[in-house]
Amino acid sequence: MSESPLSAPVLFSIGAVDVATPVVITWGIMAVLVSGSWLLTRHLRGQDSMRPPSKTQAVVELVVGAIEGQVRDTMRTEPSRYLPLIGTLLVFILFANWSWLVPGIEPPTAYLETDAAMALIVFCATIYYGIRVQGLRRWLAGFAEPTFVMIPLNVLETFTRTFSMLVRLFGNVMSGVFVVGVVLSLAGLLMPIPLMALDLLTGAVQAYIFSVLAMVFIGGAIGNEREPPTKGTE
Amino acid sequence: MMDLIQVASVLGAAIAVGLGAVGPGLGEGHAVAAAMDAIARQPESAGTLSRTLFVGLAMIETMAIYCLVIALLLLFANPFIH
Repeated sequence: MSESPLSAPVLFSIGAVDVATPVVITWGIMAVLVSGSWLLTRHLRGQDSMRPPSKTQAVVELVVGAIEGQVRDTMRTEPSRYLPLIGTLLVFILFANWSWLVPGIEPPTAYLETDAAMALIVFCATIYYGIRVQGLRRWLAGFAEPTFVMIPLNVLETFTRTFSMLVRLFGNVMSGVFVVGVVLSLAGLLMPIPLMALDLLTGAVQAYIFSVLAMVFIGGAIGNEREPPTKGTE
Repeated sequence: MMDLIQVASVLGAAIAVGLGAVGPGLGEGHAVAAAMDAIARQPESAGTLSRTLFVGLAMIETMAIYCLVIALLLLFANPFIH
């Protein structure tokens, strides 16, 4: 309770570098996800295969297809270019938010640094895709929409929305962990279980929202590309 | 003098969370009510509506989360208490 939720506990030190617990948990989740993906996609059968796909492949295709459909609906563009980023964000945040189901593990998203890293990834991806799809001039001209008076506000918004993204994920996950800790210290065993069930829901919703917001920001950055070119000269 | 700052910080944190929950609560209530209304009128567009609703709720909820972060800053990372 008296432990500050704003600073991450240090697990061990390598020389002068302190390695915090969330970092170790993050690498653990990454290892689980990478090895799990490798195991699941090892024996995929293509469409021209004689035998039908296995049950595992059907489930994996269902999940990937669902994420693909979400990207297509939200961004209104062909999802294949954005699916790796968005899908990884969604799956990683979902696993990170639910990682407290394993006893002794605190979700790494409950610490500001993990969320800041992911918000930074989305921020850079927004700029990258915006410039790559629209070209530098049209991307810069997008800041002057609807009039040039809006330029400071649009630039400011680019930063504040990234910041609000990271604070939102951090606040939701951290407050869940915090409230469970407080109730546990006040009321004792078994009492926090309804709150933990609520945390499961919150974790899933926050993972969904983070990836939807990433889609919306990237979709806004590539803005004019998906509309049919009626007046453009390119 | 130190005590006064600590008392003010705790009070400020409590007031920030308490009052900061009112506005987003009202706002989210309006948003959900409007979404329910829309889904009742057009059940076939429930998917699009709920996706937009979730994103909108997340935006509104951020205000309350900001208040929570301010309260935590006051309690745990107060720059006036050394």
